[in-house]
Amino acid sequence: MEIYWLLGIPLAGGTFLALWGNRRNAPEINVLFSLLTLVAAGVLTARIVAEGPIVVGDDWFFIDSFNVFLVALTAFVAFTTSLFSRPYMRIEKEHGRLTDKRLRLYHSSYQIFIAAMLLALTTNNMGILWVSMEAATLATVLLVSLYRTPASLEAAWKYFILCGVGIAQALFGTILLYFAAEKVLGSGGTALLWTHLNAVKDQLEPTVLQLAFVFLLVGYGTKVGLAPLHNWLPDAHAEGPTPVSAVLSGLLLNVALYAVMRSKVLVDGALGTEMAGSLMMGFGLLSVVVAAFLIKRQTDVKRMFAYSSIEHMGLVTFAFGMGGAVASFAGLLHMTMHSLTKSAIFFAVGHATQSAGTQLMDGIRGLIKTNPTIGWGLMLGTVAILGVPPFGVFASEFLIITTAMHEHPWATPFLLIALGVAFASIFGKVQPMVFGETELPKLPYQPALAPVFIHLGLVLMLGLFIPPYLALWYRQAAALLGG
Amino acid sequence: MSLTYHLQVVNLLAALLLLISFAMLSQRRIVGLVTLFAWQGAALAVSTALVGWSTGQHHLYYSAALTLALKVIAMPWFFYRLVKKLDVGRDVEPMINIPTTMLIGIVLVIFAFNLALPISQMSGTVTRSTLGIAMATVLLAFLMMITRSKAIPQVIGFLAMENGLFFAATSATYGMPLVVEMGVALDVLVGVFVLGIFFFQIRETFDSLDLKHMEKLKER
Repeated sequence: MEIYWLLGIPLAGGTFLALWGNRRNAPEINVLFSLLTLVAAGVLTARIVAEGPIVVGDDWFFIDSFNVFLVALTAFVAFTTSLFSRPYMRIEKEHGRLTDKRLRLYHSSYQIFIAAMLLALTTNNMGILWVSMEAATLATVLLVSLYRTPASLEAAWKYFILCGVGIAQALFGTILLYFAAEKVLGSGGTALLWTHLNAVKDQLEPTVLQLAFVFLLVGYGTKVGLAPLHNWLPDAHAEGPTPVSAVLSGLLLNVALYAVMRSKVLVDGALGTEMAGSLMMGFGLLSVVVAAFLIKRQTDVKRMFAYSSIEHMGLVTFAFGMGGAVASFAGLLHMTMHSLTKSAIFFAVGHATQSAGTQLMDGIRGLIKTNPTIGWGLMLGTVAILGVPPFGVFASEFLIITTAMHEHPWATPFLLIALGVAFASIFGKVQPMVFGETELPKLPYQPALAPVFIHLGLVLMLGLFIPPYLALWYRQAAALLGG
Repeated sequence: MSLTYHLQVVNLLAALLLLISFAMLSQRRIVGLVTLFAWQGAALAVSTALVGWSTGQHHLYYSAALTLALKVIAMPWFFYRLVKKLDVGRDVEPMINIPTTMLIGIVLVIFAFNLALPISQMSGTVTRSTLGIAMATVLLAFLMMITRSKAIPQVIGFLAMENGLFFAATSATYGMPLVVEMGVALDVLVGVFVLGIFFFQIRETFDSLDLKHMEKLKER
């Protein structure tokens, strides 16, 4: 039952805001719907924790500890982002960058985007998973181009075409998966249900599944932002409004990686080899290295953090590729840490760019003097994402690297060098933004920074101490990934 | 007897599909491209229905009807209107070297047939021989997207790619489960609608639908 609430609330929110989203209190309505979604996600999570994996709605939905953890994370970050976007988008409107009509589009698309991601996470049908991933892209295309500047239009076009072509590969992968499944399960609606496929995965034709996984990885990998398929990502993150950057980076990438992982479990079962894992490790490692060296060249603050997202998603993909209990655990933990930290950074960056009137890092100076809370938020967020202890990112990166040293020593130098380069470049660029000399004015309004400190507080807490029930939960999820 | 006869018609339609893909590759005018896209949809719809009829897979009728409604009627109509409103119907695209593109296309077809061979050998469907053509259609559409610099031809290339994938699903497995097919169709429909809005935004900002203006975002 909870599942219908979970999907129904954001969908209703999207419809409601499409009709009445130009009201003055639309941002509050957006927050309300996001809060209700979070409550529904909480209830669902409580049930899964108490009862274990469930299959509901005539086999249509399947929820286990792996996806319920992402459902909870998605609903939580969606809620805090709506809190941040409430004052942020008002100010964008006062600056004349947005009109009421565009805000209506924004609020409505935001809710539909959340609904599409939650459907992708909870559905049991690999075909519907594809459909909802594509729906999530479509919901955000017009959000990326919300400011209607030439650069934002170009970014949105790139986002649509590259992700569209990418996801067409994933559709072909899904067709191949169905082709293999149909022989075992018979044709019809049930042959694409993940639970059914999982039960018979050792009987699926290995050669077809091998090919299917390549297409699925390339297809969904485009959305994860894996190099060399990442070209759309920095543009979409830099040119869209900041709340959109936060949810794209913090949530959509996770959901796309989730789709890859669901496929990987099936392929591993059918092949009994390391092929899927090795491919993921290759793509992951390449992304980490490519992103780290591109970070060095960035001048736009949102672009820089977008590349940092590629780096971290690469790291998670690498961890999942290694497989095994510890690496999968670390991957899941890192996914959580990255979502929370990166969205917090984007919130702080959003206000910093609003006060400086530019996204270029040269123009943002001395935040600590004029707007101390923004400065602290940005600095702490940066320190956290760079993996400085005691923040949680350190714990997960440490686990990933030690496992890599143990199992794949050849990869460690690449990882360490890339992380070092990323550390030096990001820290070197953020430091003057926070502490430099400045003539910037103080923000004339109260920034919405509560979400930043809530997220960072959670990241800090998880770095110091992971509550036993949460650790158990992660371990269960890691076991589902073949740990 | 009647099955082989039907299959020959399906094969003929598949060949037609491939021919239309090549025609699209060399068509310079946008209106002509929309017409070709509609014909491609029609060939797809008829062959899907015919496969459904001759093999008794009646759910294929629904997919055929869906194709007919969306890709032969709704989308071409929408594109004709769009072209008229944006006044780009007469636009001629300066393309580099059509013969070279055609030659690359032929290489892609050979590649597609080789790629499809192992899968079609495993397939139990009577239509498995057309899988190579389906893959070729996908690759040719991809080539078309690469060689075009205007927005509408790129989108038509994208939709032609979807046609090819759809045809692949029909020839390898008699179509995906109906829910999935409906979902995909819904996505495509919404996508085209979103792009319709998007074209106007591009046009408003750049005064043109030529994507040459959109090459600012690069790593320097």
